[in-house]
Amino acid sequence: MKIGILLKEGPYSHQAADSAFQFAKAALRKGHQVESVFMYNDGVINVSNRADPPQDDRNLFKCWSDLGAQGVQIWACIAASKRRGIDEKVLSPNCAITGLGTLTDIALRVDRLVTFGD
Amino acid sequence: MAGQEGDRVVKRIMHVLHRAPHGTIYTYEGLEMILIMAAFEQDISVAFIGDGVFALIKDQRTDQLGIKSYVNTFKALEGYDVEKLYVDRESIEERGLSTSDFIVEVEVLPSQELGRLMKSQDIVIHH
Repeated sequence: MKIGILLKEGPYSHQAADSAFQFAKAALRKGHQVESVFMYNDGVINVSNRADPPQDDRNLFKCWSDLGAQGVQIWACIAASKRRGIDEKVLSPNCAITGLGTLTDIALRVDRLVTFGD
Repeated sequence: MAGQEGDRVVKRIMHVLHRAPHGTIYTYEGLEMILIMAAFEQDISVAFIGDGVFALIKDQRTDQLGIKSYVNTFKALEGYDVEKLYVDRESIEERGLSTSDFIVEVEVLPSQELGRLMKSQDIVIHH
């Protein structure tokens, strides 16, 4: 199955980013195609390269960047990013900033769009 | 479910607004998403449930909050052919509201019917 993920919460303060990442990993393991992860609302903070979380905990920023390196497209909404200080200068590797039109294209392409948020 | 218009895929996409209009940004950014998706000529509907029904109330004054009011933006939806606006009957009854309080025309549905409509969608996005 071709899957798209919409993530609406930032890392750590909320379970949604962890759940979305675990879901993506499990889906890939089962042989599904996770084609895109689209960050919206505070979710855009997930693509920042400015974070330095404690070394003895998971690094969600790296999780997304690594998932991007595996061929999953990691997108952050440009309007939501501009509100929250996310731009090309602070963008993690293998992530990109794009418009909501990209989310619509994803929604039309995939078999399932799965939302993670509050 | 998903239909075809010529070569174009048309999906049934429902946006669910379920939070109060101010206090969090979810409803406002939800509305921004709805307006962009509307330009893609999909079968879009919007469901207002729970505190989400407060988003439609006329004459919201947000100046004392220091927050931009966006209630008038709901009136723009019609221009984008987003005309399927559903309001959960129980939610407005619980809050002592009626459709005359709202800035746009809506269809009031019982929860069960709204649930059935939700189930028939290709995509449901909650905000």
